Amino acid sequence: MTARIWRPVANLALLAAFVVFPLVFTNPAVTTDAVYTLIFVAAAAAWNVFSGYTGYISLGHVVFFGSGAYFTAIATLDWGLTGSEVFWLLPLAGLVSAAIAVPFGLLALRVRRHTFVVITIAVFFIFQLMAYNLGITGGSAGLLTPPINFATATFNNPFYYVALAIAAGTVTVSWLIRRSRFGLQLRAIRDDEDRARGLGVRAMRVKLGAFVFSAIPVAMVGGLWWYFTIIADPPDAFDPLRDLTIALMAFLGGLGTVAGPVLGALIIEPAQLYFFPQVGASYVYLIVYGALFLLVILGLPRGIIPTAAELIGKWRARRSQRSPVVTAGDGETDAEIAAGRRAAVRAGESAL
Amino acid sequence: MSEFLQALTDGVLGGAVYALMAAGLTLIFGVLDIINIAQGVLVILAAYLSYALSVHLHLDPLLSLLITVPVMFVLGVVIQWAFMGRLRGGERTAMSLLVSYGVAVIIEGALYQTFGSQFVSLQAWYTTATVHVFGYYLPYSYLFGFGLAVVALAAIYLMLYRTKFGRSIRATVQDKTAARLIGVNVDRVAALTFGIGVAAAAAGGAMYGLTTPFNPDSGYDLISRLLSIVILGGMGSIGGALVAALFMVTAEEMVNFYWEPKWATAVYYAAIVIVLLVRPQGLFGKREARAQ
Repeated sequence: MTARIWRPVANLALLAAFVVFPLVFTNPAVTTDAVYTLIFVAAAAAWNVFSGYTGYISLGHVVFFGSGAYFTAIATLDWGLTGSEVFWLLPLAGLVSAAIAVPFGLLALRVRRHTFVVITIAVFFIFQLMAYNLGITGGSAGLLTPPINFATATFNNPFYYVALAIAAGTVTVSWLIRRSRFGLQLRAIRDDEDRARGLGVRAMRVKLGAFVFSAIPVAMVGGLWWYFTIIADPPDAFDPLRDLTIALMAFLGGLGTVAGPVLGALIIEPAQLYFFPQVGASYVYLIVYGALFLLVILGLPRGIIPTAAELIGKWRARRSQRSPVVTAGDGETDAEIAAGRRAAVRAGESAL
Repeated sequence: MSEFLQALTDGVLGGAVYALMAAGLTLIFGVLDIINIAQGVLVILAAYLSYALSVHLHLDPLLSLLITVPVMFVLGVVIQWAFMGRLRGGERTAMSLLVSYGVAVIIEGALYQTFGSQFVSLQAWYTTATVHVFGYYLPYSYLFGFGLAVVALAAIYLMLYRTKFGRSIRATVQDKTAARLIGVNVDRVAALTFGIGVAAAAAGGAMYGLTTPFNPDSGYDLISRLLSIVILGGMGSIGGALVAALFMVTAEEMVNFYWEPKWATAVYYAAIVIVLLVRPQGLFGKREARAQ
């Protein structure tokens, strides 16, 4: 009962903290990192709705990121948009990427597991090549933003709030999907696709729905990323490392949980932004990054949220067994204990 | 006509080298059920080892294989033992991608740190001396690379189909549990297979370095090609990798000659997409079993 009251309050407090963040920390260096972090929060949460819930690991979501960036860039330059007008293009960029996701998904989702992963990589390379070679993308020089006339002191704030809106919206939808029948179907596919089909889940339609949805926020932050970093060129807009970073964020936080990818992004992106300039021109950062990466995957294979949930659940179970109110006495069977433990784990999960 | 023959020759000669590198990848996949993203950068690492040996000890790149192949084999066994073999559970495949990516990033960083980012290539008398075929001049290195690739592929084939160890590898591919039940040491097979797969990459690396300039970043381009070869041929099928590699390089050369170089790679990826629409399991792959 308390959880029902506390969770919305805690979530609102968290959101409020994010809203006032740039008002408290006005240093542009900090808010710049914050914008990039929120871009990754949105991307990781969106990626998780497809890959986390269905278990199909996509390494092709950068296709949507890059397409969103290029669509926003081309439309801005063609229509001569300036200032905050550009932000209105982002939903459109989401729709364009959703339209790309339909044939992409229809093709890639015919196969499973490894083959799926590799097809998403192949499609990714096709898009990167197109960015290099099509006439409208500016080739390897890329596309520059027009001058942006925001006030210098609060330059980052419009970007921050747009990124926050996209991130918050994505997390909310992710939460709604996880609670819904649709989310249950997605997780049924993850656990056993053939059995889910046997039980009447229209697997292709459900997977495609999640795939197309997850493309939208990724494309929106892609467009925002272009406007914020000022340039989109093929190796940056279609960067294969970005896909792996997003996947790592979700894995670190907890694949398939709502809060996991958010937590992962909030840890990894600031850490990256902090460490990379520190070691500067040397490539030691690559070695350190790779080693940390291995440490996380091998040390916390299930991610922070599920591991913490289990620990809290165990702790509660132990405490409740000791307290006289819950203990049923000597007659308690193994099955009852097991059921109690499961309930405790669930309680731990819901607390997070 | 001579253009066509040239494209075909380049395709067959270059394709064999790619086939060897991809054979290592597909072998690892077949036995261990993991995708080794690090294969590309391991090829580059082997090329750099040969490069260092030829610069400092003036060792011929092909002779240096006698050192690099065993070294890379041991490295492969260590990677499998230290990282890949520790993965458990349902997300193993996805995790293997991330773990091998972590390994790749570490190797890439070490290569940048040691050799810098400028492009280098392996030099020997046979990279400049040419032989006259079909009305154009071909460096000997292509022929040597082709010959070595064929020998190495034949060795892998013989090992798989004519030795007891090969039989235990094939048994592990078919059914891990059953193989363990009849006394195959599956963990040992896994480690040795990973070693062999990486050693194949090492052999391919020297030949790659003889024909193509490379830098630490080249691994990414390579792994995308190797993965698509493996997927097109059917995951786990060495013969499939051979056919797909020959097809890939030949198709690229053809587009180079008859259309535009800039679309050469795109045409190949598009071909993969079309093949997979008809045969999701690849050309020679077995139909996928139930998703676990």
